Amino acid sequence: MDRKVTSLFGYVSKNVLLAFYALFALFPLIWMLVLSFKPDSQMFTTTFFFDPTLDNFRAVFSQSDFLRNLLNNLIISSLAVVVSLAVGVPAAYALARFQFKGREDIAFTFLSFRFAPEILVIIPLYLIYQRLGLIDNYFGLIWVYQLISLPLLIWILRGFFEDISPDIESAAQLDGYSWWQVFFKVLLPLVRPGLVAAALLCFIFCWNAFTFTLQLGGNSTQTSTVSMTRFLASDTVHYGWVAAAALVSALPEVILALLIQKHLVRGLSFGAVKG
Amino acid sequence: MSIGTIDLEKLPARAEKNDRSELGKQYARRKTLRPYLVLAPAFLLTIGILIPFVVAIFYSFTDLTLRSSDFNMVGFDNYIDTFISSDFWHSVGVTLQYAIWSTGIEMLLGIGVALLLNQENWVSKTLRLVLILPLMIAPVIGALIWQLMTNPTVGILRFPLSWIGLGGFRWSADPDYALFSLILIDVWIYTPFVVILVLAGLRSLPKSPYEAVLIDGGSPWFVFRNLTLPMLAPSLLIALVFRLMTSLQEFGIIFALTKGGPGDRTLSVAVKAYNEAFPFYNLSGAIPMLLFLWALIYAVCFVLIDFWRKAQRAASGTV
Repeated sequence: MDRKVTSLFGYVSKNVLLAFYALFALFPLIWMLVLSFKPDSQMFTTTFFFDPTLDNFRAVFSQSDFLRNLLNNLIISSLAVVVSLAVGVPAAYALARFQFKGREDIAFTFLSFRFAPEILVIIPLYLIYQRLGLIDNYFGLIWVYQLISLPLLIWILRGFFEDISPDIESAAQLDGYSWWQVFFKVLLPLVRPGLVAAALLCFIFCWNAFTFTLQLGGNSTQTSTVSMTRFLASDTVHYGWVAAAALVSALPEVILALLIQKHLVRGLSFGAVKG
Repeated sequence: MSIGTIDLEKLPARAEKNDRSELGKQYARRKTLRPYLVLAPAFLLTIGILIPFVVAIFYSFTDLTLRSSDFNMVGFDNYIDTFISSDFWHSVGVTLQYAIWSTGIEMLLGIGVALLLNQENWVSKTLRLVLILPLMIAPVIGALIWQLMTNPTVGILRFPLSWIGLGGFRWSADPDYALFSLILIDVWIYTPFVVILVLAGLRSLPKSPYEAVLIDGGSPWFVFRNLTLPMLAPSLLIALVFRLMTSLQEFGIIFALTKGGPGDRTLSVAVKAYNEAFPFYNLSGAIPMLLFLWALIYAVCFVLIDFWRKAQRAASGTV
């Protein structure tokens, strides 16, 4: 009986806590949604009751190259994550599995690429990029985004690789699989939750990158994250436009999160994990 | 964990040492090189960062401004000017307060929310997707929305605040609550970061130890303390390290909302350095501050990761 009461109490308090956090996390987003449908004239005179309009969305798409900026962001951020995955997954594996001299130092060096404040890096980097002709260039931005995504990806994945017992690999190799087969058929499914979470986080941080993009980008590589802030810079801030632009710009991230949701579960896990 | 388990960490290394036969030598050399070759692409891609870093250190010994490209060497003057100024140390204090509070709250909240979301019902499934949305809004825009909501005269939050007797609460305009307002926004944006990492960690936990405890009948707290927490530790460390280093560097949220004000109440090192470099054109004067910030982050991360590695080694020694 006592146990039942405490478990009921636990159940209720757990869900109340979750509800409070959900309210805190979601209310500003709901409010953004409301703003994006509000006409400018009723922005501050009404709260929830107003004449909904699509003018804000229309303005966002007609007043600027917003669609092109979205496409730029999509190209740059996706390619940046792909490059990070291509070089980062093997690196994370090596740092987790191989025993070699300076392993911890190299791992820490990768992390340290994130230590320098962006403003410290940006001015010298601008001068170098200018000389290399990488200003306002897709390749230049994809390169600089590696500073954002690669340390995160390597460090998250390394932890997940370390959790897998080397026995699994040897066992699969004894069964006649080549190393590559082991890697793709055994290891990757095992680290899938980590891989997917890391890739999603890297994409989100690249997508929302601001300082680097503002300084090193230009008209032809302008991303939606940077172009949104132009709506703030005009004399009168059209809050409706900003809200509409921000919501549209978040869509690709949401779609990606939806797509990978089901992969956030480990592939096979029969005693494969140390513990 | 149990007696009779073979230490897997040490086994392959020992086998390699015995493998010094004439045939294995070439193979062994290839094997020692292999990790470096695998790491090389990632390293080459990011090593470019060191060039700007060295250039910045060079500039810190000059009187370079953004007005002209001429400059003279001034030795350690910029460093001395920075480190004797009490304003600078005030900014260091602001930065530390901001980072410790926001990281602390995000970690606790993030772990709690992730644990609550780690169930297989439709509510958890939906919330797992929906609750990470704040991370997807660009931080500058997030800060703007909060600014609009907390506006004392037109913001939507003035209604609930007046119901609980806090009408006229001035949020970031109030010197006593400006930092609190900024931390609140940081928590709003970045708690999902911790949630995603912890959830990924929770999802990859092995099932068998839990089944064993279930048979023995351990309390939920016992399970969390002795099973979940230790196995979750790698994910938690990553979350902690990345949250600490980005909140110590935080520029966008603070600049968008208060620009360091009211007065200098929220003037973090990053914002102070920006003000020095851009509105005042004192580029070389800003660099020592940023280098100090870099050294601070370096030291904090080094201590954390060193501590972690030692703990891990101690744990694997007792397996």
